[in-house]
Amino acid sequence: MDKTEEAKLRAARQFIEAIPHSRALGMQLDGLADGVAEISMPYDLRLVGDPRTGVIHGGAVSALMDTCCGAAVMSHPDSVSGTATIDLRIDYMRAAVPGQRIRARAACYHVTRSVAFVRATAFDDDADRPVATATGAFTIERPREGAKP
Amino acid sequence: MTQPPRKRPEPVQVVKSRRDAALRALVSGVPYIQFLGIRFDRRGDELTAELPFDEKLIGNPLIPALHGGVTAAFLEVTAIIELSWTLLWEDMEAGRIDPATLDPMHLPRLPKTIDFTVDYLRSGLPRDGYARARVNRSGRRYASVHVEAWQDNRSRLLAQGTGHFLMPPTGPATERDD
Repeated sequence: MDKTEEAKLRAARQFIEAIPHSRALGMQLDGLADGVAEISMPYDLRLVGDPRTGVIHGGAVSALMDTCCGAAVMSHPDSVSGTATIDLRIDYMRAAVPGQRIRARAACYHVTRSVAFVRATAFDDDADRPVATATGAFTIERPREGAKP
Repeated sequence: MTQPPRKRPEPVQVVKSRRDAALRALVSGVPYIQFLGIRFDRRGDELTAELPFDEKLIGNPLIPALHGGVTAAFLEVTAIIELSWTLLWEDMEAGRIDPATLDPMHLPRLPKTIDFTVDYLRSGLPRDGYARARVNRSGRRYASVHVEAWQDNRSRLLAQGTGHFLMPPTGPATERDD
């Protein structure tokens, strides 16, 4: 990774980790480049959805997926100044193992002038069996013509 | 279905406190619902979820707007509680479950989310949010639930969602006809 890429990643990390809800969930940016983002979140007893099994609530996984997809859109090489979720579908493959970190990876697989189509996958320590997958459409806000980059 | 012999109607307060106890057992045992601060208001069997605004729910500090993940989670929590409540209600009203024995560790098993789709209609304002879910289909194995969330105006939706759920295995206490 060269110096400018490293600086970009550091700035993005600060940006994402400054979002109040992302901070509340302990999200951490692990990678970001050209429309692909990796964000992870520690196991946390406050996020449990089933007290008998200790499994994290699907809603918390949704929050991770949404943040990761949004970050992927923001990192797209076309200059994107902002984004908002239009729709997001999450498929829950299996329960995340209690105690393990959840890692999400999102990629923009098609981008038009105004919409980004994104897919994401989440894993725990078992990298072969996804915990959940997501697919969504996101708005693309571009800087106004003539505005400073 | 055979009805038990008719008894004198129970005093209204007894009925209300039994239903409130069952709802409380369902909601208070889930740490994530407490973390987001979601509460449920009950009118008969109708539930309305409430999400009081809190700083930690913000996703965009500049606007400021609710985090999209919070909106998704709010809808999903509302859908699961509505579906669980519908199942619990039948058992409770038929006398198959005594809510006095319910606590978070002794609840009937919760449905599991198979998939959930959120349609974001407006950006979430830094205000309280509300949501109501409708069970469109509830079979022996699968259920489909639709949910709507709003803030200031009931007719101006913040978001809507649809989820499919895997029903908990039916035991003797939760026997139902499909």
